[in-house]
Amino acid sequence: MIDFTFSEEQEMFRKAAREFAETEVAKYVPEMEDTSKVPEGLLRALGKAEMLAITIPEIYGGLGLGYTARLIALEEIGRISVATAMMLQVFALGIEPIVKFGTDEQKSKYLPGLATGELLATAAVTEATGGSDPSGIRTSYRKDGDDYIVNGRKCFITNAHVANTLIILAKSEENPKEFCAFIVEKDMEGFKATHVEHKVGFRGCNTGELAFESLRIPKENLLGQEGKGMRVTMSAIGEIGRGGMVGCALGLQAACMEASIKFANERILYGKPIAKLPVIQDKIAEMKIDLEAGRLLGYRAASMQDAGTPSSNEFAAAKYYTTEAAIKAAKVAVDIHGGYGCMEEYAVTRYYRDAAVLGPSAGTSAIMKVIVGRWALS
Amino acid sequence: MKIVVCVKAVPDPKEADKIKIDPETKTLMRGDVPFVVNPLDKHAIEAALQLKRKYGAQITILSMGPPAAGNIVKECLALGADQGILLSDRDFGGADAYATAFTLAKGIEKNGEFDLILCGMASSDGATEWVGPQLATFLRIPVVTMVNEIHENADREWLVKTAWEDGYRKVAIRLPAVLSVARELNEPKNLSFSGIIKARKKEITIWSISDLDVSPESVGFKGSPTIVGDFGTLETGRNVEFLEGTAEEKAERLVGILIGSGAIG
Repeated sequence: MIDFTFSEEQEMFRKAAREFAETEVAKYVPEMEDTSKVPEGLLRALGKAEMLAITIPEIYGGLGLGYTARLIALEEIGRISVATAMMLQVFALGIEPIVKFGTDEQKSKYLPGLATGELLATAAVTEATGGSDPSGIRTSYRKDGDDYIVNGRKCFITNAHVANTLIILAKSEENPKEFCAFIVEKDMEGFKATHVEHKVGFRGCNTGELAFESLRIPKENLLGQEGKGMRVTMSAIGEIGRGGMVGCALGLQAACMEASIKFANERILYGKPIAKLPVIQDKIAEMKIDLEAGRLLGYRAASMQDAGTPSSNEFAAAKYYTTEAAIKAAKVAVDIHGGYGCMEEYAVTRYYRDAAVLGPSAGTSAIMKVIVGRWALS
Repeated sequence: MKIVVCVKAVPDPKEADKIKIDPETKTLMRGDVPFVVNPLDKHAIEAALQLKRKYGAQITILSMGPPAAGNIVKECLALGADQGILLSDRDFGGADAYATAFTLAKGIEKNGEFDLILCGMASSDGATEWVGPQLATFLRIPVVTMVNEIHENADREWLVKTAWEDGYRKVAIRLPAVLSVARELNEPKNLSFSGIIKARKKEITIWSISDLDVSPESVGFKGSPTIVGDFGTLETGRNVEFLEGTAEEKAERLVGILIGSGAIG
């Protein structure tokens, strides 16, 4: 029989993540909504609570807990603040290529700082020409002695202005079929974080543009083999990126359902709580079914990832399902709240705006269907 | 220093609305509400951890409850305690505060020497505030309740501050002693992932009735002198009444309603 239960220890991880989210993350949400800026205190809290260390091996100062634990943490943090879950998931997107493809020197240099939050990471692949087809990027590199010179621009980069350790993808000036992944430090000459985006949701999670003007990168910062950089970034995006979005979406689904249940039990209509009305029960039942189904898809993929089995297709299916379900749940949550659902003092308005950003992040639902379609037809 | 922290697994107070009372046995029906560490006991654990950081200490978590309470003991180990003991036996079931304190005292005696016993001043489900003082009585050591400050030192004579309705008092105590602590004492730390990892190697010992020097008649329901006579449900609700007339008439009517309801005298 298949065991679908979390272990006692995993339940404790959930409890720890929930305590952290409710006591340390929730207090920053109003500030994030008001200013759209990343609170310094939140970054310190994430580091102190070891949230950045979850997937980093113990020998490099991490916890080595793997991907189910990561998904649990993201779901619980997303339940309180999807914006915080998003920034956390993208920190891991910058960390994973170093864990998987870094040399011993690179791991020793970067991972201990990334585990404590002293260093903050991101991955920068997307450009104006697109993100889901990275072969179309225009950022280029050429060799100059032992160094690489990179020119180009990246857009829609989560943590662009917060990260100081960035994994970037560039195309060879000489051979457009060759790509390199580099570890870029923000103090390197020629690096600049430029425009800050103002998003409809995920407020307080930084998104922006990067510019590389004759950015000089020493050969020690080449990540993986020269010319094989596409594999480095895509392996992280396929599993870490999509898996992270599943965590954000599950958290948002849970938040929408909890807010709806609370409101439906308190709002009196026709002399009784609206939770007694079949039409409301039907909506909440759909939320519950979607959440349970999404968890099965997401945690199954995470357990495959923990076992070292390729899981990017499973995560594509889970990403599609959970983000679409979160968008639906946010709409239904607003509907259940009636007129109150239009008032910003009710969290469902934030959930509705966050849901709008959730879908396109890390690959749209259409792209997920392309991947799942190829998987089914293969 | 050897510290024993007594903790209770209680139904999660956040889901208190799901907890019912069995009309026959007059005991709590937890349903599917999960156990959590009794919130005030977390302050006792934090106090023990602070003492450990200052002076070094061996912290033992002691709890009485069903096997499922083992998860709660494990959680306390993840917070930084060193070892856990769970007193678990069907005969311990249905215990009131007196029988609970008696059984815990027997567990403490079996565990050996101690310098300090800490517990939360009340549980979120029973809320009698009796276990700490009764524990001290059984162990024949001093007790201070509602402790919100501990001025300890390396000697065995400490000063503790305790809250009263109209002020506070400072009490000098000599160890070993029982302190039942209030939430104002400290700010408990959250569970941490690394704490959970460290707890993998920490042992939980389970003692049944045969491990303690007690008779079945002295523990659990049989050993409990408390009898629940009756209970009722407090009905609460809201009424809306629109007052008619001039401002003066409405004010007069409002004052009458407030006096009639007892809100003002």
